[in-house]
Amino acid sequence: MTALSPRDWGNLALCAIALIIAACLPLSSGAYNLTIGVTIAMYTVLATSWALFSGPTHYISLATAAFFGVGAYVTGIGIQHLPYWTLLPIAGVIGAVMAALVGLATLRLSGVYFVIFTLGLAEFVRQAITWIQNISGTKGIYVLTQITEAHIYWQLLGLAALVWLLGWLIGRSRLGFALRIIGDDEQVARDSGINTARAKILLFMVPGAVAAITGAILAPRYVYLEPALAFTPMLSFQVVIMALLGGTGRLWGPLVGVIPFTFLWEGISASFPNQTTLLLGVCFLVIVYLLPKGFVGLIDAARRRMRNSEGFA
Amino acid sequence: MDVLITGLLLGGTYALIAMGLNLQYGMARIMNLANGEMLVTGGFVAFWFWTGSQISPLLTVFLVAPAAFALNWLIYVIFLGPLVKRARSRGQLEVDAILTTFGLSFVAVGLMLAFFGGDYFSYSYLSTPIHIFGDTYGANRVAAFLSAVLICGALWLWLARSRAGMTIRAISVAPDSARLVGIDVRRTAALAFALGGAVTATGGALISTFLTLDASTGVIFTLKALVIVIMGGVGDVRGTIVAALLLGLLETFVARMIDPGLTLAAAYLLFVVILLFRPQGLFGRPTT
Repeated sequence: MTALSPRDWGNLALCAIALIIAACLPLSSGAYNLTIGVTIAMYTVLATSWALFSGPTHYISLATAAFFGVGAYVTGIGIQHLPYWTLLPIAGVIGAVMAALVGLATLRLSGVYFVIFTLGLAEFVRQAITWIQNISGTKGIYVLTQITEAHIYWQLLGLAALVWLLGWLIGRSRLGFALRIIGDDEQVARDSGINTARAKILLFMVPGAVAAITGAILAPRYVYLEPALAFTPMLSFQVVIMALLGGTGRLWGPLVGVIPFTFLWEGISASFPNQTTLLLGVCFLVIVYLLPKGFVGLIDAARRRMRNSEGFA
Repeated sequence: MDVLITGLLLGGTYALIAMGLNLQYGMARIMNLANGEMLVTGGFVAFWFWTGSQISPLLTVFLVAPAAFALNWLIYVIFLGPLVKRARSRGQLEVDAILTTFGLSFVAVGLMLAFFGGDYFSYSYLSTPIHIFGDTYGANRVAAFLSAVLICGALWLWLARSRAGMTIRAISVAPDSARLVGIDVRRTAALAFALGGAVTATGGALISTFLTLDASTGVIFTLKALVIVIMGGVGDVRGTIVAALLLGLLETFVARMIDPGLTLAAAYLLFVVILLFRPQGLFGRPTT
């Protein structure tokens, strides 16, 4: 690790100020804005942690819903027996262990296997939980707590700060360096002595743990928890789209995708509730054909053009 | 016995669907995640013709197959061809193809929802009982199975014996060398992709005679077809058929003995076992 330059300190300070401003939202605005704020914070956490893994490795993970649902169930079941603050770390550990197992099974193989495996994971866990409930005769779980929307928002904001910090630290570490090489050419990485499978599994544990913690934080919001709600496959796809729309090349990239997409999604589902699937599909196509590097790519290109024109002037 | 035959009947139809995906993924090298939507579309056309004008699904197939062939050809030329051209590596193409076909699948579901609504659709065709070894089965399942066997057999013969079939196998085994012997790889890949779509849509028309479908069930069939293709070995016709029969048996067994809600979970567990122990497929040789 190299020492921090004055510029790094400046960026860190800017981030801290931005976070503090964001944290003031519940104090100043109404219930509707807070709801949107929670949604944005939730997707920012999910998409940023998703991009930490999928950005450098190009593996498309659709397991977000599985981890999220498991986390929500940790809160749902655990809240009756344990104090709330212990539940979040428990969810994180379970999510990380699940991710490690998934990684062990698939990350040695090509990317397609990983996509299919993660796509099926949420459905598998959902069917298993539904089956257990059928046998034991319970239906859903009530999650009744004193936690308000503002508490959820602050927790998510804290988690987002943690994810950014982690991503920044990984980027500066040996692991981050190894991952960049893997992303460029896996064969070269293997030949230069990097244990590629281990690096990928370690990194995949980050989105696993973060998504599980997010699920655990959001469980009180649902009040009534059932498998179809906690494991909705749409969540995984939304996270992928937001992260790719923003761009996975930069740490702040997913945030740039989350904010416009959340408003678009809210708008469409309010006026044309049946057309959200169509919207998802069109967004996928736009990403592949028009914005392969996301908004970040656009911004970088614009910046480069500006610098060039200045140079010529 | 009962479970065995029901499982085999179901597996035969699965074989047809998986064969379609195998043509697209194994031969044309496009991981088509919109495969299930093609199936639902085929099923929907069959439903529409049957309820609208009482045309038998077994005849509708002759209309569905060419239409699906043309549609998939267009999809390949418009959406996937440019990706193949711009891809610098196999991995890049895979990621792009996955995202694009996911997009297409969502667009297809969205359009079906918009035009036909989210209702389940089913109709009763040939629901007369047939007796095999003392147990009764729906005639529609038997008819679907026999048609599937016929189509799979014809496809296998065509791939194994004809010149066009040989070029398709050539681009599957060695896309780079195929060009050296004068095969137009992109045209042949488009042909394989279109053919795969036609086979899948046919499978959908057949499956709709005995299963209830709705606009968003496609992804479940995609998942099952993927599991079958990977279990059988990518690009391996014989493996696909064996794997499809195995999956049909397993699902029927789980549905009867444990819980009908667990069929996809069972398919998934099978997939995990395959990935852990034979990622190259049942009959595949390990690659170094």
